[in-house]
Amino acid sequence: MSLTNQIKNQHLMWRAGFGPAVEQLSDLSQYTPKQIYKALVKASDKKPEYINVADDYLQGLYMGIEEAGRQQQRKELSTEEKKKIQQKNREGVRNLNLYWLHEMVNSSTQLREKMAFFWHGHFACRNLNVFFQQGLLDVIRRNALGNVGKLLKEVSKTAAMLNFLNNQQNKKDHPNENFAREVMELFTMGRGNYSEHDVKEAARAFTGWSSTIKGEFIFRKFQHDDGDKTVLGKTGNFDGEDVLDILLHQKQTSKFITNKIYKFFVNEQPDKEKTEWLAERFYKNDYDISKLLEDIFTSEWFYDPKNIGAKIKSPIELMVGIQRMLPMKFEQEEALLLLQRALGQLLFYPPNVAGWPGGKNWIDSSTLMLRMRIPQMLNDKDDFNVTPKTDDDQMMGRSNNPDEDPKANAMKSLKRLGKPVLVKIDWSLYTKNFESIPRETLQAHISSILLQVKSQVNPDLIKQYTDNSGRENFIKTATLQIMSTPEYQLC
Amino acid sequence: MYIKRKEFIQIGSLATAAVMLPKFLKAFESPLMVPEGNKVVVILQLSGGNDGLNTVIPVRNDVYYKARPKLGIEKTKSLLLTDEVGLHPALTGFKELYDDGSLGILNGMGYPNPDRSHFRSMDIWQTASNSNEYLTSGWVGRYLDAQCQGCDKPTQAIEIDDMLSLSMKGEHLNGIAVKDPQRLYGTANEKFFRDVLKNHSDEAGEQPVDYLYKTMADTLSSADYIFKQSRLHPTKAEYPKTDLGNSMKTIASLIFSDINTKVYYVSLGSFDTHINQSAQQQRLFTEMNDAVKAFTKDLKANNRFNDVMLFTFSEFGRRVAQNASGGTDHGTANNMFLISGGLKQKGMINELPDLSNLDEGDLKYKMDFKNVYASILNKWLNADDVAILGKKYDYLGFV
Repeated sequence: MSLTNQIKNQHLMWRAGFGPAVEQLSDLSQYTPKQIYKALVKASDKKPEYINVADDYLQGLYMGIEEAGRQQQRKELSTEEKKKIQQKNREGVRNLNLYWLHEMVNSSTQLREKMAFFWHGHFACRNLNVFFQQGLLDVIRRNALGNVGKLLKEVSKTAAMLNFLNNQQNKKDHPNENFAREVMELFTMGRGNYSEHDVKEAARAFTGWSSTIKGEFIFRKFQHDDGDKTVLGKTGNFDGEDVLDILLHQKQTSKFITNKIYKFFVNEQPDKEKTEWLAERFYKNDYDISKLLEDIFTSEWFYDPKNIGAKIKSPIELMVGIQRMLPMKFEQEEALLLLQRALGQLLFYPPNVAGWPGGKNWIDSSTLMLRMRIPQMLNDKDDFNVTPKTDDDQMMGRSNNPDEDPKANAMKSLKRLGKPVLVKIDWSLYTKNFESIPRETLQAHISSILLQVKSQVNPDLIKQYTDNSGRENFIKTATLQIMSTPEYQLC
Repeated sequence: MYIKRKEFIQIGSLATAAVMLPKFLKAFESPLMVPEGNKVVVILQLSGGNDGLNTVIPVRNDVYYKARPKLGIEKTKSLLLTDEVGLHPALTGFKELYDDGSLGILNGMGYPNPDRSHFRSMDIWQTASNSNEYLTSGWVGRYLDAQCQGCDKPTQAIEIDDMLSLSMKGEHLNGIAVKDPQRLYGTANEKFFRDVLKNHSDEAGEQPVDYLYKTMADTLSSADYIFKQSRLHPTKAEYPKTDLGNSMKTIASLIFSDINTKVYYVSLGSFDTHINQSAQQQRLFTEMNDAVKAFTKDLKANNRFNDVMLFTFSEFGRRVAQNASGGTDHGTANNMFLISGGLKQKGMINELPDLSNLDEGDLKYKMDFKNVYASILNKWLNADDVAILGKKYDYLGFV
């Protein structure tokens, strides 16, 4: 069976982006995947803007700290000030989350944001300082389609990562191996490809890598161990950059990253022949990410039926995908955060440095049922009556005070309004797409746009749950009902 | 043991009928029911890092009072267990349990290279990993994997919550989270979900979509099963009208039913008392105390206290010294409560932590918490602890 361009392009949009946008639907049948991919690449060409969500208070404060630091008299902060800083930082990370989520939904730079989203999970980092977080996000978004070497080096020098992995405590004669270990285990080569001795020696090379309170990289010369180190068979007076170069020189690094990218963009079950071919070229191309993606998305096999609809959408992919298809406005954006948290993927709060495990791990009884209820919540027919788990790292003890607990507040105000998820869906663009479709094939057409796998739900059953009082109502209710099926969880 | 499909169908259909039967007629069913002696574990997670030193208080230790001039709890205010140890004043029910020999206290529980991030340390406790490895499955989930191959319902492990903890997720099977057994019945789209399943031909494929359908089918049938069971012998006892009180009441009702559940999981928090610790811990301990007290009283009255092992844990303890905001910061080792009518070791099972031998202001752990898991898995639940924990840990004597 040969697949239509429509289904291939939807596949491409789900994988190389966050799903087809409603305004693209008419294009998807008219162009070949190669043409669409070219357009995606072109749209992502531009250097992304730095996202700055830190408010004036924090901005001023950090400037002040820098000023005071220059005069060698660091200002002591009062308890009140510290509390306020924590709160502002938490708000900042929340705003950063919503800002980036908004970009994923609305930006035409889908390929860049999707790749950045991959790196966000690869260089997973929890940090409550909003400056650090937005610094790391900027590094990732700028280099998302660039070169792994440059990306790795820049990430390794962010305050967010250095702090998260305790490299501030990594000093000559008192090494802290955390940073070196994770760089090797999770960022480059993967477990089992280096020895404990390599980790110890690499840690010595990273001594002195630190950051200023403002989040700028600083090399503390006097904390650096400048003796000889032996890492992966090479000996010299290495610094951190040298070690990263040694790691990049290992073909295993190319294999490890390629494999992960394949699993993320193509199929959870890696195809050995394909990944080896890709990894070989990736290595030869000096880790050029754009070229790797081009190898994947312009290949024949990417569009094999076995790769289409084979992935369980991550919570972010699910939520962003719905919003790209049905433009909507949340009156309380808190709902977007509650959903992320309840579904198990809150941006900027990965479970640990290994990132979100993905695949089947997204699914358990609670998350699956919640996923399938979302469309009716957006339609005001179901309540958001689920309490996500608390995250004490994020709350920093604040959840003890109900007035300061944003979750409690959101839940409270949601309850007060009586209908938890207040959303205005703009249906006009969406329904316009179906103007020329005859009534008999309408439901099948909607299904083909929304689903990447053949639905196992009997079409007559969907029909029973639709509003047949008019063409528009039928389109709306059928759409929401199809989005409430297990098949919609796949892309 | 678990209930096999055939037995379950028998029980299931009888259970439905049983709701309408007068009590004396139910006697006929007893051979089919889960026999008495069916051991059950109740895990109570204290989220946020409970301050263990103000829970089990070293009332004769000067170091403790020096480190906590404001926060330290005076000997006379504590509930004295021995000359040296007192409980937090809110834990009156725990004191009673201690007095009648159904409370055990383990001190200095932790793991090597402790992590002070809530999330990470909780992961370590929930997955039973070492601090330098990242597991994606939890220890109760792996218990399900080991015990429950071929089971048709994941109700062997139930979390009383809206969302499922990592501890309950296995490599192949997951437990189920249920806050209110009646609730799944209330969602707007539920009839649709049931119709979708009814019309779905049951092909045991290996594709992700098959996994989704299987999870959905398990969820709905488990929800039915749990709901029916919760109505079978609902407890008549009084429970406090708190979140934890309601959860313990649900657990008791399920224990009194014929359900095949072996592990119940419930959380209380947040114990992250950086500021204003006294009031916060008092409030949470009151909730915990009243709920556990009602629960153990209920179990005793129904002759099931010997079959139930409740234990508490927290992701870490807190620093020995108080901070400047009337609270304490993240620490390391901590104590655990063990509660059962069937404890083989009771009271203070091991020594209080050594406050004069600290690691940069934090307690040094004395025993790996995985020893507790191993003991319970092997000796209480009859499970293969080595397969589940990936390593042999020595068994403790309390079970």
